[in-house]
Formats: sequence, structure tokens, C-alpha cells
Amino acid sequence: MLTLESVSYRYAGARGASLRDVSLELRDGEVVGIIGPSEAGKTTLALVASGLAPRAIGGTLGGTVHLDGVDLAGRPMHEVAGQVGIGFQDPGTQLSGVTETVFEEVAFGPMNLGVPRDEVIARTWDALATLRIGPLAERDPARLSGGQQQLVAIAGLLALEPRHLVLDEPTAQLDPAGTGLVADALAAIARAGASICIVEQKTDLLARLAERIVVVDGGRLAFEGAADDVLADPRLRDLGVAEPAGVRLTRLAGEARLPDRASQRLTGAIRDLAAADR
Amino acid sequence: MVIGGVIGPLVLVAVAVIIPAVLAGVLGRLLRLSFLLSLPIAISAVLINVFLFPGASTVLFTLGPITATAEGLAFALEILVRILAISGAITLFYLTTRPAELVVDLERRGVSPRVAFVANASVQTVPAMVERAAQITAAQRARGLDTEGNPWRRARGLIPIVGPVILGAIGEVEERTMALEARGFTRPGRRSLLWWPADSGRQRIARWLVVLAVPALLAARIAGWLDWLR
Repeated sequence: MLTLESVSYRYAGARGASLRDVSLELRDGEVVGIIGPSEAGKTTLALVASGLAPRAIGGTLGGTVHLDGVDLAGRPMHEVAGQVGIGFQDPGTQLSGVTETVFEEVAFGPMNLGVPRDEVIARTWDALATLRIGPLAERDPARLSGGQQQLVAIAGLLALEPRHLVLDEPTAQLDPAGTGLVADALAAIARAGASICIVEQKTDLLARLAERIVVVDGGRLAFEGAADDVLADPRLRDLGVAEPAGVRLTRLAGEARLPDRASQRLTGAIRDLAAADR
Repeated sequence: MVIGGVIGPLVLVAVAVIIPAVLAGVLGRLLRLSFLLSLPIAISAVLINVFLFPGASTVLFTLGPITATAEGLAFALEILVRILAISGAITLFYLTTRPAELVVDLERRGVSPRVAFVANASVQTVPAMVERAAQITAAQRARGLDTEGNPWRRARGLIPIVGPVILGAIGEVEERTMALEARGFTRPGRRSLLWWPADSGRQRIARWLVVLAVPALLAARIAGWLDWLR
């Protein structure tokens, strides 16, 4: 379990804190979505939860971050990396830039951690298969499209076999098919027992994946709850967060004052679609 | 430099550069690239030594205020063959060694993964920067930037291209560093390696021969056994 207790964080050189008194629990096997308006502190929360802030980027951290009951303070990043994986939205900067093939790129993390060669190979093939990018194994990562690079970057995280994954808009550059692949892969990882914290603008993806949603605004935790409840909460629209298609359809059907029977059938159909999507 | 003179370095070039290049099938490219690589320094070396060699007395010809001398020409020839040997060896290395193989092999032999990464990244960054520059040039042209025409216009057009290329690369550093840290790059100790280049018995013998040849040639030079090559 990954636990943040009363966490505050201020970037180096910044006047104010970007996160203020945030407490969050990420339980094993749980998928938690993080949403909120721009500049709300979502990416900062991802950096703190993954251990990168303040380790890699400096700044001042208040409160504590515990990983399976152990305080992360003072633990080096390479130790944290084996347990918490983090992915960013720009695939170009996530690739190592020194590998000649996708296979080597995906294997880069486990190789760094000194995982035995045979296991590195097995993990790499598994990660490629999970995201269905095995056919890209021999391609040059630098020559792939942005979407393909993002899938390679995520495969690189999966090959680390972290118990916790923190993803900052991992599908920002993916088309619907690619987004679907990532969603399937993340669902499979969560079923295997890993926890996933996913910062995402695509609330449809969260409606499909997340069990719990945390809304961040102004660096604070605004409200949280079960995914279905939070994604249907009218306060999201006030914060400028797009509602999932199902929620929007339901709302528009209500506003259109459809006859009761038609409204019930439409709502039922939307619910069935959402359930099928999960 | 160990052998000295003109004939010695030429023999060395033939044995250590030309023959391996023929065996590797890269002789044509090697000659072309070596020529291009050494041309600027060769021209300056010839001009300076032929016309400005200190203490020379044998005049070959005079061009206005400057005089070409035989001693200067002889020394320039010595310099030229040395440049040829150096540029030939560097070019042969470039044409026959994949950077990735070199880096993996260095790492296998105990070089720090960070040093290996920096060496590899330096090589890989060049094409990425060139590609980025091409993209930015295209984008700036689409916005009306004139990058063609006279040299002044071209020079002026460089500023809006070089700035974004450099600043963009610097801006990426932080996120790339975080991504590397998140993938365990800062872990001390050796990494696992997926593969390493084959190292045949012949290659090992060739390497040891080169290692032994250097002190042997040095000793021969000191003993005066190589004076006939001058």
C-alpha cells in the first residue's frame, strides 16, 4: 500500500506550495484516478507519490510518504524504482535515447536494476505482449509514432514489475485503439495485485478503469469517492473537468425532458454500455 | 610518431589501415572520409611548413615576399603522412565499429554504466538534434521565416532555429532525468547486459599484437633499428 499523509510540497524556488495537506491511500490492486483543473497539482501529486519529488527534482516535502508501511524518506531512488513505476505524458522524454531496438528499450529498466538476463528477457516479452507491441520489438524506438512510443514507454514500466504504478496522463498521445490497449493492460496489472494511480483528463478512461476518484484543486484534495459517484458529480463541470460520455448523455437526456419510459431505457442502455466497457 | 620519417608511417598506414579496410570492404569510403577529415589541417600544415620553416636554407621557389624551402617541404611531408595515419585510423574505427557494440563491450569490461551511457547518448543525440532542427526549420518556414538567399539572410534565419533547438533540448533534460531515475538508472553497481559483441580468438590475438607492437616499435626506435625507414 502506498500512503501519503498530510503531504505538502513546494518546488525549489517557488513561493507557494503546489500541494497542501494531501492525504491519500493507494491500496494493493486498486485503481485510483486523479482529476482536476489545469495547475491543480495533479502532476505534482504524481511526482510525490512516485518518490521523484523531492529526490530527483529538489523542493521541500512536508508530511510522509509510506510504501508498504516503510517511510520513503532517505531511501534512494533506485530502491523506490523497483517498487513504484512512474510514467509521464511525453513519450519522447521517457525513452532512454540510447537503445537501438524497442526490445532493448523495454529491457532498459530491469537491466539497470540488475535483474538476471533470462528474467529480463522474459519480462520484456511479457510486457510487449501485454501491450500487443511484440511486432515492434526490432524497430528503432526513435522512429516510432508518438502513440507507439508511449506504449513502449509503458511497456518499459511494466517490465520493472512495480507493485505500484503512477501514471501522468499516459494516454495523452494515444488514439482510441491505443488508449483501449493501455486500459486493458492496466486492468490486467491491477487484477494481478498492483495498485495504479492515474492522472488523466480522459474521464471515459477513468470511468472504465478506476474504482475511486480523487479530485484535486488548488493543490488540495477537493473531494473523493467511488468512481461512479465522483464522475457524475456536478461539481466537476464547475472545475472544468469533462464528464464521461455516459454521464453527459444521462444529463442531457434529463435536461431534454424525455418521457419517463424513454429516459429509463436510455439510462439503462448507457449503464449497460459502461458495464460492458469495464 | 614512434616510427618517424615518411616511409615508416606509410608502411604503418598500409599494414594497420589499408589492409584492414580492404578486408572490411570499406576502403573506398575510408579514403574519401579520411581525405575530407584531414584536408583542412593538411593544407594549413603544408602552407605553414613549406613557406615558414624556421632555419631552412634550400630555396625551392619564391612567391613575392615568401619563400618555399626544401626542408619545409620535407617536414610537411612527414606531417602529412602522420595526419594520414591518424585520420585513417580514426575513420577505420568509425566505419567498422558500431557505437552500441563499443559501449556494451566497454560496460562488460567494467566501465561504469554512466560513462557508457554518456558515450552512447552523445552519439545518439546528434541525429535526434538534427531531426529536431529540421522540424523547427520547417515550422519556422511555415510561419514565414526566410532561411534562403544571401549569407546575411541565412545567418539571420539561424537565430529563431538555434534558440528553440537548444532551449527545447535543455527543457527536456529534467523530465528525461526523472524518467531515467524512475527506471533505476542511478543504482550503483553493474547492470545486466542482454548481449555483447562476439570476441573471436583472432580478434584477441590481433589486439594483443597491437598492444605488444607499440613498446616493441618504441624500443626499436630508441635502439636505432628503424633509421632505414626515414
